[in-house]
Amino acid sequence: MNEKVRMEGIFKRFPGVIANDGVDLDIREGEIHALLGENGAGKTTLMCVLAGIYSPDAGTIRIDGEKALIRSPRDAIHAGIGMVHQHFMLVAPYSVAENVTLGLNKPRFLLNERKLEAEVGKVAQSFGIQVDPHAKIWQLSVGEQQRVEILKSLYRGAKILILDEPTAVLTPQEVRELFATLRQMAKAGHTLVIISHKLEEVMSLSDRISIMRKGKRIATVNTKDTNPTELARLMVGREMLFELHKEKATPGDEVLSFCNLHALSDKGLPALRDISLSVRSKEIVGIAGVAGNGQRELAEVITGLRSATSGKVLVNGKDVTNNSPRQVIDQGVAHIPEDRKGAGTAPNLCVLDNLMLKCYRVEPFKNGPLLNLGRIREFAAKLVKQFQISTPSLETPVKLLSGGNVQKLILAREIATFSELMIAVHPTRGLDVGATEDVHQMLLEQRSKGAAILLISEDLDELLALSDRIDVIYEGKFMGEVPADADQIETIGLMMAGKKGEIQQPVPAGIRAQA
Amino acid sequence: MTWDVVLATLAAAIKAGTPILYATLGEILAERTGILNLGLEGMMLIGALTGFLICSMTNNPWLGVLAAIISGGLLALIHAFLTITLRAQQVVSGLALTMFGMGLSGFIGKVVIGVPIAGYFRPFDFPFLSQIPFLGEVFFQQDALVYISYLLIPILSFWIYRTRPGLHMRAVGENPATADAMGISVAGIRYLYTFLGGCLAGLGGAYLSLAYTPVWLENMVAGRGWIAIALVIFASWDPFKALLGSYLFGLVDAVQFRAQALGLAVPSFFLNMTPYVATILVLVFATRETARRHLGAPAALGIPFAREEKT
Repeated sequence: MNEKVRMEGIFKRFPGVIANDGVDLDIREGEIHALLGENGAGKTTLMCVLAGIYSPDAGTIRIDGEKALIRSPRDAIHAGIGMVHQHFMLVAPYSVAENVTLGLNKPRFLLNERKLEAEVGKVAQSFGIQVDPHAKIWQLSVGEQQRVEILKSLYRGAKILILDEPTAVLTPQEVRELFATLRQMAKAGHTLVIISHKLEEVMSLSDRISIMRKGKRIATVNTKDTNPTELARLMVGREMLFELHKEKATPGDEVLSFCNLHALSDKGLPALRDISLSVRSKEIVGIAGVAGNGQRELAEVITGLRSATSGKVLVNGKDVTNNSPRQVIDQGVAHIPEDRKGAGTAPNLCVLDNLMLKCYRVEPFKNGPLLNLGRIREFAAKLVKQFQISTPSLETPVKLLSGGNVQKLILAREIATFSELMIAVHPTRGLDVGATEDVHQMLLEQRSKGAAILLISEDLDELLALSDRIDVIYEGKFMGEVPADADQIETIGLMMAGKKGEIQQPVPAGIRAQA
Repeated sequence: MTWDVVLATLAAAIKAGTPILYATLGEILAERTGILNLGLEGMMLIGALTGFLICSMTNNPWLGVLAAIISGGLLALIHAFLTITLRAQQVVSGLALTMFGMGLSGFIGKVVIGVPIAGYFRPFDFPFLSQIPFLGEVFFQQDALVYISYLLIPILSFWIYRTRPGLHMRAVGENPATADAMGISVAGIRYLYTFLGGCLAGLGGAYLSLAYTPVWLENMVAGRGWIAIALVIFASWDPFKALLGSYLFGLVDAVQFRAQALGLAVPSFFLNMTPYVATILVLVFATRETARRHLGAPAALGIPFAREEKT
């Protein structure tokens, strides 16, 4: 196979970090090349350099053996490079056809929507991509939006297509469809680069794999000559524990229950529609679902950040429906929010202040109307040590910490005083393998100490590893409940796509508690 | 009140609404690309003064209007440079622009306060159309700048919604990162429409000093720039609705003026206040309506864009 792209000595620095430290990479024509690495390894930066989004501080790019100057996305498009970003680059109020032809100068002036749609439709069909050119982007599912993104690149005649974490938002079935499309494209002569941190995915799809770690390319291997264990070792730089030590579930009393809950989203549309569930102590209940199906709203309603339009939330039998967040906290509810730097921490405040956000008003941390700074400092230092938060000092603003350390800080704050109920939303999203392991261990520890945990996550592997049972949410409704068992992944996938599970609506909270 | 008075009041409403209309259209252009320009009032003042000065020198109102358009555009370019190239806060930069325009026009304009000009835009009957009963009398016995504003509305609307440049312009205001990734020059487009927006604001100002009341008075724009900014929201960034809103305000203005002339037993302060009170009321209802129906402001309004910024 011919060499299609060669990147040499790519160096890219952002304030405070070196994202790419002299990376060499060659990609062959017609192959599916996987770029594997942990978060922050520099994969996306490297590909953004290729796609003209970032300009490198040093290094050269050759395409078909010839030196290419790529200084802007426009140059990259000319060089036949297209990129599907993790956060889709689509204009939501526009139609598919408008998005696909955005930035092109054909037609030059007058827009004839019908003609445009027909043409886009024809091209889509020729590539075997199923999408309605007339539909508006906001009406499409995430999987369909991804197809629009791919079509957008192909429509521009891209020969090299980069996909950044393309499976992160898809159901298992959609992933299978996507992979089939991608294989077909490679067969038709397109060159594909897939950015991923999922070993299984990379093993099943790619021809070759380049592993990146800390801004450097560590190795490139042929997929058929390697195995997940080797890849993991290369990726993390040490042997990895795949097994979590999880004790058998011994659920106790009901701690959280909610029934017939309804709530609206930020846009004022129904986000939760009549959902009911209960969580007992010493139990982790997982909520699976594609992003944006009501998970965030559910967590916010329970923790008092969003009001329920109807229904009831009970914590330890006490009605906390539409209580203020503070009242909910006083009931012993810990919350690990989705948005770490928004709801989770005050990024400009220091580590010390952030650790104290929840307990500054109780003895011994308060001294009348004043803060007992000596005590606070002592306590914060203890937490930093205990949770291995790596920070230069207690006075360092939280925004300067890495994602993993911010998350450990939030956990430290929420776990510091034992909480009977914990709502954890995407607790390991964006964390590296090491930090993910730590967070998982902490959650399991809380469970064996007797906490009831509601775990909301998009990562099915995480849900299966940690939860005792999993409920699948789709458009604000529960599709069914399954035991946390790897055999169930197919069922979960179907329910994530909106198929009702065999187990119908979960039994209302009150009834199950009596059983 | 006789029928004649009604007609005269409505015609006056069109006249009073026209400067606001121009400014609103200008602001719509800028905001559609994501640039909030609160310097409208300043640009209008500079436009009013420049137009007046050039016209009094040359005795040619058209040259005056041209100068006003250019001066408004140049002032807007300051805002563009600060907010697009240097990525300064748009609100702060816009306010500074208003202050600057007020100060500068007040200072330079001292020499011409109260000086009359010979050549200004006078109403004339539009051939044929002015003969239509009622409509003709209200809409087509106006001056040339009013007729131009009638033309501008469908042109802008067509441009924004039906052409590729319009599509690109909206894309830049909705999602600059996407527009950039598709090879559209975000900065170029933002510069262009901020400039054009300034041009229209300057034209709106010139209407005041060359047609509405053909004299120069310090601070003669009197808050119309702010009313226009409020109207952009009321119009939900649409030229036709901007027309509606502007004439509504023109009507409030015309009615209060007439009420004063008739010697109504209400202190004139209250009557002077009415356009501003109406602004607040309109904002309250328009914002509620937009919030309810999610009628969109351009999603990237007020947010600077830099390609390499990590989000």
